[in-house]
Amino acid sequence: MSFFARFAQNRGALVGLIILLLIIAMAILAPLLFPESPWRMVQRPFLPPLSQDGFPLGTDTMGRNVAAGIMHGAWVSLLIGLVSTSVALLIGVPLGAIAGYYGGIIDDILMRFTEFFQTIPNFALAIVLVAIMQPSVTSIVLAIAIVSWPPVARLVRAEFMSLRNREYVEAARLVGQSNTTIILRQILPNTLSPIIVLASLMVATAILLESALSFLGLGDPNVMSWGYMIGAARTVIRQAWWLSFFPGVAILLTVLALNLVGEGLDDALNPKLSRER
Amino acid sequence: MSVTTGSVTTGSATTGSATEKQSAETVLSIRDLNIALPKGADRALAVEDVSYEVKRGEIMCVVGESGSGKSMAANAVMGLLPKGVHATQGEILFAGQNLLALTEKQHRALRGLKIGMIFQEPMTALNPLMRVGAQIAEVFEAHGQLTPKERQARALELLIEVGIPQPEKAIRAYPFELSGGQRQRVIIAMALALEPILLIADEPTTALDVTTQAQILELIRDLQQRRGMSVMFITHDFGVVAEIANRVCVMRYGKIVELGDAKSVLENPQDAYTQALIAAIPSNAVPPHRETSQVAPLLEIKGLNKVFRSRGGLFKPAREVRALEDVSLTLARGETVGIVGESGSGKSTLGRCVVRLEHPDSGELLLDGVNLSQLRGDALRRERHRVQMIFQDPYASLNPRTKVGMAIAQGPIANGTPKAAALKQAGELLDIVGLGASAVERFPHEFSGGQRQRIGIARALALNPELIVADEAVSALDVSIQAQVLELLEELKQRLSLSLLFITHDLRVAAQICDRIVVMQHGRIVEQGSAEQIFLAPREAYTQALLNAIPGREAPVAATA
Amino acid sequence: MVYARLIIMRLLKAVVVLFLIVIFNFFLIQMAPGDPAAILAGEAGATDQEFLNQLRERFGLDQPLYVQLWRYVSGIAMLDFGYSYRLGVPVFDLIMARLPATLLLTGTAFVLSLVLGIVAGSMAAARVKKPSGSIIMALALLFYATPLFWVALMSVVVFSVYLGWLPAYGLYTVGAGHTGFALALDVAKHLVLPATTLALFFMAIYTRMTRTSMLDAAQQDYVKTARAKGLKPSIIQRRHVLRNALLPIITLAGLQAGQMVGGAILTETVFAWPGIGRLMFEALQQRDYNLLLGIFFFSAALVIVFNIITDLVYSLADPRIKKGAS
Repeated sequence: MSFFARFAQNRGALVGLIILLLIIAMAILAPLLFPESPWRMVQRPFLPPLSQDGFPLGTDTMGRNVAAGIMHGAWVSLLIGLVSTSVALLIGVPLGAIAGYYGGIIDDILMRFTEFFQTIPNFALAIVLVAIMQPSVTSIVLAIAIVSWPPVARLVRAEFMSLRNREYVEAARLVGQSNTTIILRQILPNTLSPIIVLASLMVATAILLESALSFLGLGDPNVMSWGYMIGAARTVIRQAWWLSFFPGVAILLTVLALNLVGEGLDDALNPKLSRER
Repeated sequence: MSVTTGSVTTGSATTGSATEKQSAETVLSIRDLNIALPKGADRALAVEDVSYEVKRGEIMCVVGESGSGKSMAANAVMGLLPKGVHATQGEILFAGQNLLALTEKQHRALRGLKIGMIFQEPMTALNPLMRVGAQIAEVFEAHGQLTPKERQARALELLIEVGIPQPEKAIRAYPFELSGGQRQRVIIAMALALEPILLIADEPTTALDVTTQAQILELIRDLQQRRGMSVMFITHDFGVVAEIANRVCVMRYGKIVELGDAKSVLENPQDAYTQALIAAIPSNAVPPHRETSQVAPLLEIKGLNKVFRSRGGLFKPAREVRALEDVSLTLARGETVGIVGESGSGKSTLGRCVVRLEHPDSGELLLDGVNLSQLRGDALRRERHRVQMIFQDPYASLNPRTKVGMAIAQGPIANGTPKAAALKQAGELLDIVGLGASAVERFPHEFSGGQRQRIGIARALALNPELIVADEAVSALDVSIQAQVLELLEELKQRLSLSLLFITHDLRVAAQICDRIVVMQHGRIVEQGSAEQIFLAPREAYTQALLNAIPGREAPVAATA
Repeated sequence: MVYARLIIMRLLKAVVVLFLIVIFNFFLIQMAPGDPAAILAGEAGATDQEFLNQLRERFGLDQPLYVQLWRYVSGIAMLDFGYSYRLGVPVFDLIMARLPATLLLTGTAFVLSLVLGIVAGSMAAARVKKPSGSIIMALALLFYATPLFWVALMSVVVFSVYLGWLPAYGLYTVGAGHTGFALALDVAKHLVLPATTLALFFMAIYTRMTRTSMLDAAQQDYVKTARAKGLKPSIIQRRHVLRNALLPIITLAGLQAGQMVGGAILTETVFAWPGIGRLMFEALQQRDYNLLLGIFFFSAALVIVFNIITDLVYSLADPRIKKGAS
């Protein structure tokens, strides 16, 4: 069975993929459909949804177009999710690979380091880091990456530990391949599927983290994000529920879609290990 | 898809209807049984048109290689077929009822009470979180028998009966505190707790060492005779059959190929496949006398030591295992030396030290006079091509993402051969091991276990090593495949005058291929000598015990095909 | 005694980790924007250099870095976390005043999510391939994907604003003057929404984990042994499958404790729950870095305590650890 056929067998994953593609389309089309800055006041504030053409989701406390905010917010969420996950992989994969492959004292040191970061409550750490570095896309990406690499390192380490004593790896060592070649050619390719699955789930978690940071007022003040929209509308929740409602649905759908896709990837990449369903 | 093989020679052709009464002497009869596998399996029926009986007080052995469907009927008897697998035809008569027609609840009432079962993996067959006594007591609880206090008392009696050392202590132990053989005894105690009429034993000794296997086989035969119980014994090993069976049923691809009296099947097999299987068992015949060359030794091991230390963690104290203690031996050019021992004997550690996957603590490993034992890093990497290894597990020894040709060529490439030349040589090697040069472009998953082992051999040859270490190289293979791979090794040995260090737990295999045999126990060499001498005139008690434990050794085995 | 040794080792490790967090904290404070003295001076309404220098001297800010580090570490060892720059109150006192509310909230949510998650997960495991099992898993996925703070806000809209069933803000009704049982009931009412919303996400995690773990355990050989004994499925599920399946869940529960403290920041912010999470939000808004990092340290310490407890629970549940097996 081809990779996609196995993926498509999981109907949830297919639905997730479609939702995800729609959100990506939203992010790409945002500047075309709403060329004006989502920060601009365009109507009177507190316009309820569907009450006026061009403002299907109403306006916020400052008279900004909610629909435009959501479209532009898609871009930020996806960008931060992807970039911070990539950075976390860049930290976690080499650390885990080295710890798992060499073992012994190197493993001990690297794993104590990883455990240390895992012990620190990661949302609190992210808050502190962003607050101290000052909120910006860069600081948010860094903070999210710093709190999310430990699971990557642990996963990669576990994979490397189980594969490094696999007979084909020992055979490679016996024929005189160097450690670097063995790590890159023999082991790493065989750890890719669980890493890919984990990465897709990490993008989802990163998006949740970003929205929570923005909700607390730690978003980049120059970009419109879903979390910011909810946070800004928090105090007027009694008068205008829709201001919080729609961005929340957007986050929910994105995170849900990524999780569904992640499960589908898991089924497709690890057919033997896939959960019974 | 199933393959038709020869005629089915059944002892008693019982093909009656469900209403036909079982004779008083018959405990279990399976009739025309078909068991269907779920869609997408490699064949439609796990078991096809299978009929056999188990009579009162006999041991019926069901023999077959992996994939023969030999365990399926037993699982159907127990009502423990895996999910998605169902009986689609036939009946299983036991105590006057058709087991296939029972509800789950009725079936459950029989399990443990009338039919007991023991399994292959004693290490995992017990709940790790429950005390042994409680797990035995559960059998009585399941069938509402005895008070909790009486259950414990019976559990203790049972533990004594199955011969557990220190039964008062064992009853309060957790499974992890017992050895594999002891756990298997606990499982037997559970299976026998309610004195069932029928005991089903599904490869109960396969996971055990040969001396433990002999003890467990003896225990099962003993208990069976004492209680007049019937046993359905599933195995892949004709040696075990010779040891224990009254009657035999040989299966292949889900069908019965031969059924009959143990003695007649073993001595005079009718079916070609049975003949091949019996012939393929490394024979008990004394190994032929081989001339040992008296040239200077290729490999000299002097006083090798290796201790494994598990560092104490948070929850466990540090432990030391002396894997090798003062091991010395020599191997001449062109000679095959067998290292034989049970698990924990240090035989694999020795092999891994020789190829330098492990670093010996002290001692010398002289290969043609050069000491390899203390080399490290690049110096070691430069010498690696001189000693190569054939691995045990054909499924783990090839990188699933590397094409076969590349897997073989990797070594020469790492040692400076141009890629094209290395791949060309890989093709030639694949030809030599009987797979054909076209295999170069294919991936490992396209090959069977035996074929993969040939690829592994080709890879070991690619660097023209002076010495090859074969670590349990045929242990994971079915008997018939095992014979073929051994034949190939023998042939290569002659043709390329290989020097071979052959590590195995199986004395029968060692006898077939080795010039000299070294017996190891607890990290030490117990005895070494020519294969002939070890078999005919073992000097040490342990060697003798090992020889006696070989299943079916005393029984005369027809070695002609 | 393996047990005593285990506890001592665990505590030692905790001390080391805490020490590292203190150092980490110190450097974060150094990195924090703005000059604390300037901020303090700003609060006091004075800007002249003389006063700034005085402040620097008083707080030791003119000392070399290692002296400051030493003072900071030894201060924390004596529970001196310094002063909140904005409030002028010792950080330790502020945190202590808010800690009980947080413990109440996270404790309730923890127990709630664990119990419900294990129940839901076992049900889903027993109903593999059935619609009811799929519905449980779909709900778990939904809760897992929903932002915590958004659920909190929406539950305020639904249960407080529209239905008027439950209070939305605070720990108790201010000015009602309840005492004794009435107060407890009042607090319980206020606790329902924050605890439930905080628990939902974690319940989703435990549900998924329990199901996977139970399905794994059900595949084990010892379950087949248990079936061969003729045991009832309900006993097999409880005694053999669930007991073994719980081990990885205990480990996970320990790891998730840290996340729960993080989740409390969001929940407390939405529900104006007077715990350290809310305090952190306030510190954040006022850029009160000393207070922020004090809370950060405390939440880390809380996680370590949770971890020690889970380790001990694990060692009780698994005989292999008690007896020091490999």
